Amino acid sequence: MAAVQETVDRVRRIDVDQYRYGFETVIESDKAPKGLSEDTVRFISAKKNEPAWMLEWRLEAYRRWLTMTEPKWARVNYPKIDYQDLYYYSAPKKKELASLDEVDPEILKTYEKLGIPLREVEMLEGVVRPEGERKIAVDAVFDSVSVATTFQKELKQAGVIFMPISEAIREHPELVKKYLGTVVPTSDNYFATLNSAVFSDGSFVYVPPGVRCPMELSTYFRINERNTGQFERTLIIADKGAYVSYLEGCTAPQRDENQLHAAVVELVTLDDAEIKYSTVQNWYPGNSEGKGGIYNFVTKRGDCRGNNSKISWTQVETGSAITWKYPSCILRGDNSRGEFYSIAISNGHQQVDSGTKMIHLGKNTTSRIISKGIAAGVSQNTYRGLVTAHRKATGARNFTACDSLLIGDRCGAHTVPYIEAKNSSALFEHEATTSKISEDVLFYCIQRGLSQEEAVGLVVNGFVKDVLQQLPMEFAVEAQKLISISLEGSVG
Amino acid sequence: MNLVLAKNETGRALSDLLAVAGDRLPGAGAIADARRQAFDAYQRAGLPNRRVEDWKYTDLRVLMRDVLPLAATPDAAALTRAGRALKPHAIEGVRRLVLVDGAFAPDLSDVAGLEKGLGIRTLRKTMEAGDAPQAQLFAPDTSDAMVALNSAMMTDGLVIEVADGTVLSQPIHIVHIASGAVPAAMFTRSLLRLGKSAGATLVESYIAAEGAKTYQVHDSLVVSIGDNARLDHVRLVEDSREAFNISSAVVSLGAHAHFNTFGMTSGASVSRYQAVIAFAGEGSQVETNGVNLLNGRQHADTTLFLDHAVPNCASREIFRAVIDDRGHSVFQGRIIVRPKAQKTDAKMMTRALLLSDEAEADNKPELEIFADDVTCGHGATTGALDEGLLFYLRARGLSEKEAQALLIQAFVGEAIEQIASDSLRELAISAAERWLAARS
Repeated sequence: MAAVQETVDRVRRIDVDQYRYGFETVIESDKAPKGLSEDTVRFISAKKNEPAWMLEWRLEAYRRWLTMTEPKWARVNYPKIDYQDLYYYSAPKKKELASLDEVDPEILKTYEKLGIPLREVEMLEGVVRPEGERKIAVDAVFDSVSVATTFQKELKQAGVIFMPISEAIREHPELVKKYLGTVVPTSDNYFATLNSAVFSDGSFVYVPPGVRCPMELSTYFRINERNTGQFERTLIIADKGAYVSYLEGCTAPQRDENQLHAAVVELVTLDDAEIKYSTVQNWYPGNSEGKGGIYNFVTKRGDCRGNNSKISWTQVETGSAITWKYPSCILRGDNSRGEFYSIAISNGHQQVDSGTKMIHLGKNTTSRIISKGIAAGVSQNTYRGLVTAHRKATGARNFTACDSLLIGDRCGAHTVPYIEAKNSSALFEHEATTSKISEDVLFYCIQRGLSQEEAVGLVVNGFVKDVLQQLPMEFAVEAQKLISISLEGSVG
Repeated sequence: MNLVLAKNETGRALSDLLAVAGDRLPGAGAIADARRQAFDAYQRAGLPNRRVEDWKYTDLRVLMRDVLPLAATPDAAALTRAGRALKPHAIEGVRRLVLVDGAFAPDLSDVAGLEKGLGIRTLRKTMEAGDAPQAQLFAPDTSDAMVALNSAMMTDGLVIEVADGTVLSQPIHIVHIASGAVPAAMFTRSLLRLGKSAGATLVESYIAAEGAKTYQVHDSLVVSIGDNARLDHVRLVEDSREAFNISSAVVSLGAHAHFNTFGMTSGASVSRYQAVIAFAGEGSQVETNGVNLLNGRQHADTTLFLDHAVPNCASREIFRAVIDDRGHSVFQGRIIVRPKAQKTDAKMMTRALLLSDEAEADNKPELEIFADDVTCGHGATTGALDEGLLFYLRARGLSEKEAQALLIQAFVGEAIEQIASDSLRELAISAAERWLAARS
């Protein structure tokens, strides 16, 4: 017990010092007046030069939002959010950029500090770049707007549309109109409705039939401004036989007050198409007393609309004071497949309520859920998932494994699965375990010359390996580092 | 009684009924006050519906719609019908206690020659005498609407005490019989207290007399198991196919105590069994197992809540559901391990077998863990009969039905096997066989 106690104490000592992205960028910004009203919605829409139909869509969502109440069912506690005390739009001043050179150097520096390459030149001419290394196109979103999208030209050649959604609304209204809100309707839930009313930017991806996107696409979200909420909206469409892999990363400065992040992500795959969506979420988690941090209320849903299509969610959740997030798959097409791989790490006062929904509607649909939760400090970590097979979903298959690891005796790990079978040919398997790191295993490692921290690191890495393997290589490295930081003191 | 009229029709029907039933409900003074409080709690919540998380899959506003009026005290004809119904369900060598339409029937029960250390009284007499400890009578809290309703309306039941060190030689069999005079509701509550190092076996059966179709059983059981005591418990729900059975159990265990419980539901149109089992002393052990055998349009809900509040306790849950036609089986199992409950060992396994394309199985196995030095796990599977196994048996000359029956027997056998007592296990096996025989 003594050896383990040491680990626990070390984890307990973790403070905000561990959060390496907590700096603030000082730039002038253009903000909407504080608070939320129809005028705010009109202001955002006007800022984005949106067509009338888009404004109408937003206003409808806003009016609906007024009639809704905040959901209370998740295992998270937070003081009431004052929606009138937030800025709903904040953009770095100096807009309409012709090239990357015109981006505020402060912002570029921010992304440099974060390790996000926005300069294609460096990527292309980098001396050390080994043969065959993949390129990543990045869309960087700073507070409410997209500041830069790289590799536009190369993507255009392949026919892939990758641009801020605000531009897509203007340039490809037919595509946006056809798909926006069809996976997550404006009436879906409180936070999604709020997002529909006030979303300011996000990414739009369309991969045409038969195209395999030549590079990984990535969006990097950064909340910088004080008292702002970030409401991004991502829409990804993989047309027949298309494939795209999309990465998402997030950070925010350290602040004492809580900031709100309510995003919506919609994925659509048509026949034989595949989308792989990876997230490394590292919003500011708050300090050791649980002060500050991001409230992360996210609605992510994929619709396997076509036959033989596939959507795969992979997430590494290490940040945010509160995480409320359930990336889901609607398996509508026959033989479609949904996957959910998740690592959720909570430390300090973090509260995580995350999981997935696999909704089997088509025939012979399959899904797989692998969830690994690690709780330390005084955090609460909940897996909440739904697997359901519709009457007509013959041959539906699901495998679920959710494991939790507890480090210390003041944290909590919870599992709340809902398994609903309305079809006799549905075959569902679910298993869940909760345990602490076995003292025998630790003893074995230490006896062979590993330090206490290295041993814990080894066990934790082994614990989350199934999920890390699903991440694209570039992200896997970052994720592994993040896990180390999140549990620093126990993981080498 | 001064009652506020409820907004919905259900509430109104009941308040009229409560006013009418007023003097038929035993107990005055503090007991009457507690009834009124419980009734107010029920009225505030109304019948549970799918928006109440614990009742998500069993929406009584849709399934039950209304609470029927309180059943009349059984007359001679009712008792005769009940006596006839009792015969096929009678078990050899047990002490039988019969409740007909929610009232204790002394002529059908064995209350003579109680062995030393065993005390049996009726709930009605206990309440009328007003000498039952209030806390024990109303032990289940009123946060659940159906428990509150039961507290408000309970008319009778059994109060059983097993003294310290007494190990009963005879199992106790409580039989609930609906006589079926008119559609009505019966509200019963039984209390069982096992002293230190005591031992007992309790069987509960729910059956209907000929002609009894539409009726409602609202039952509750409050059990306290003392240090080093052991209780074996079996409940068999074989109510009429149009009946409702809403039962709750609250069990608390002292230190080094042992509770082995098994429930089988093959009857009733809509049934719900909700049990809260709490560990209050260290080193105790619970096995809770169950089987639902459903067909037609039956709906059966088993909701178990295991509360590991102290260290070094172990619990095992094994649950099986076999669902045919348009049956709907629900299993909700929640295990909570509180911060101090280190070294808890809790396992839960639930499996559902769907025999028809219109059958439905909903499983919600929940873990809530606040202590780190524990091993907890749950598993859940849902599926059809294995085609390969069926083929194997068919190839060896069994008919389709025979092959299915054999596989179903093996499937539910995994839960039935957990019953510790041989005679009780036989009882459960024969109940399962009755269901299988009726099926083919």
